[in-house]
Amino acid sequence: MQLNGAQLIVRLLEQQGITRIAGIPGGAALPLYDALSQSTKIHHVLARHEQGAGFMAQGMARVSGKAAVCIASSGPGATNLVTAIADAKLDSIPLVCITGQVPSSMIGTDAFQEVDTYGISIPITKHNWLVRDVWDLLEVIPDAFRLAESGRPGPVWVDVPKDVLTAVIELEALPEPACRDPLPLVEAALVERAAGLINAARTPVLYLGGGVIAAEACTAAVALAERAGLPTTMTLMGLGAMPVDHELSLGMLGMHGARYTNYALEEADLLIVLGARFDDRAIGNAEKFCPNAGIIHIDIDPAELGKIKRPNVAIHGDVARVLEQLSTKVLSNPRREWVARVNELKRAHPLALPGVEDPRSHYGLVRAVADLLDDEAVIATDVGQHQMWVAQAYPFRRARQWLTSGGLGTMGFGMPAAIGAALEQPERTVVCFSGDGSLKMNIQEMDTAVEEWANIKVVLMNNQSLGLVHQQQDLFYGKRIFSADYRRHTNFQKIAEGFGMQVFDLDQTEDPRALLAQALKTPGPCLIHCSIDVNQKVFPMVPPGAANTEMIGG
Amino acid sequence: MNAEVIGQVHKVVLELTVKNHAGVMSHVCGLFARRAFNVEGILCMPVGDGAESRIWLLVYDDARLPQMIAQLEKLEDVIRVERHAANRRVFERLEEFFL
Ligand SMILES: Cc1ncc(C[n+]2csc(CCOP(=O)(O)OP(=O)(O)O)c2C)c(N)n1
Ligand SMILES: [Mg+2]
Repeated sequence: MQLNGAQLIVRLLEQQGITRIAGIPGGAALPLYDALSQSTKIHHVLARHEQGAGFMAQGMARVSGKAAVCIASSGPGATNLVTAIADAKLDSIPLVCITGQVPSSMIGTDAFQEVDTYGISIPITKHNWLVRDVWDLLEVIPDAFRLAESGRPGPVWVDVPKDVLTAVIELEALPEPACRDPLPLVEAALVERAAGLINAARTPVLYLGGGVIAAEACTAAVALAERAGLPTTMTLMGLGAMPVDHELSLGMLGMHGARYTNYALEEADLLIVLGARFDDRAIGNAEKFCPNAGIIHIDIDPAELGKIKRPNVAIHGDVARVLEQLSTKVLSNPRREWVARVNELKRAHPLALPGVEDPRSHYGLVRAVADLLDDEAVIATDVGQHQMWVAQAYPFRRARQWLTSGGLGTMGFGMPAAIGAALEQPERTVVCFSGDGSLKMNIQEMDTAVEEWANIKVVLMNNQSLGLVHQQQDLFYGKRIFSADYRRHTNFQKIAEGFGMQVFDLDQTEDPRALLAQALKTPGPCLIHCSIDVNQKVFPMVPPGAANTEMIGG
Repeated sequence: MNAEVIGQVHKVVLELTVKNHAGVMSHVCGLFARRAFNVEGILCMPVGDGAESRIWLLVYDDARLPQMIAQLEKLEDVIRVERHAANRRVFERLEEFFL
């Protein structure tokens, strides 16, 4: 068969099982778009900003666990993708990003819409390529998927000059689609030592990160907790790994964790850390974190072992594999005394949710939405106070139920990620809790949501402020609120209507719960607006640089 | 380890075997730069049939070096990383070119 580079890419994507791509065309990518127009298997979702396309791909990848694809043209198309790709890198989300580049002969001449995409993408990807020869695509595209999904997942970037997209080659057959690399072998002696430490521990805590979800090891992790009586905490990225209402769940730890969670960790004599990286928002001051605890650290990325905390036992491996071996060696032990002590801490220092009864208050709205949905719903957020209120108050019970920008903390993540999730899994209701600041960062994607009729419910917690900034200035900068509150009121209802979204305003109703129920039941994209008091805070809070036990508020 | 001692700071030599293509130097140098880890000396030449290159790096041995090596090993184009004491006199032999 005869194919040009662009057609070859499309065929290789189809073969990889890709059915949906988000992107925006432009000069250098036109051959690719021409080839895509002829595909009967791939649906192109036309984003309104390349960052939106990147986050839509993230939404698809986060709910499916498989690499998703976004594409853009050279120059500004590529630079607009940068934030979404960097976000995927920090949260270990598998993405394959493909961009057009100026023709090879013009590279290095400051040609129109030329930027050094290869150079720009090095620090924000797992790996990247500038494809110099059309034949190289046969290797690069399958490799891109293999690398994105193998080991610790992450984004990869393939930059393809226009002449490579148009060069024609004659082929007998396509290469095989990529498979993931084999999992590393687990050292049995280390598993033995880890089991020994767990069996000897008096007050151990299981600590689950996003890696547990990536490895699909949640059931195994919960089973280990139940077998060994391990109170279990989760990082922001790990939420959903264990149902929060499980009796062993300690909920989220760290900067905005409940007091009882951080206090229980302080009493731990052993931490069993699975697929987590000791992020500073999770552990606070690293020296003062769990001062009396030994550490077992299990991760697929060997560079994470010992990066922040020196473990007593470090196991490089797939969390699911390691748990398989570990579970047979860990003795069954209900640890009644320790669990009772933890329950005492829960009673003495519960998570305070002021106003939770009022569906028009911050925590109340989160709970009201949760009350109307089951665990099949997907919950996305933007970044800010609203994100932390959802993380604290939403009853997550399922892996991949929760989509949030953890490592990069990118405002503007929420709505496009929700669109991607809704298109990937159209049977689900996808809620995006957003803030007025964050929503403005990718508000143009309302247009995409309506065009694709994505089943997203944007719950806007409108405090007319960059609330988290307001909170920090209020608490730590002498109440000098500067450049945090918006002086003008934005009519989001009109904006959403302008894009063709349905609008439900909780401010304007006698019965907010009924209106909320109606909104969540109405198919297709909608905006659910609710004003929130700007003076509400996310509490408790670990001040910057403090130990996790030195929380304020809550 | 018998690393050379210069004013109490040890230097070590890293020997990297890498895939030989444009970009691999950016990957390696970028890694050190963005993790704020100084590289004192760097040498790179293709080896064998040219499919691979060898990169020699002269670096100070501080507590973060194992982390740097772990990060280097994760780079897709880096095939192997070996750590030598500074008595691997790669850089000394070149000193005459820097006089
Ligand atoms: C792209 C980006 N710019 C700036 C920030 C810093 N920042 C973190 S939270 C926040 C305010 C978010 O405001 P909003 O979306 O309204 O949420 P709220 O805190 O009010 O709930 C800002 C500016 C960020 N996280 N991301
Ligand atoms: Mg706000």
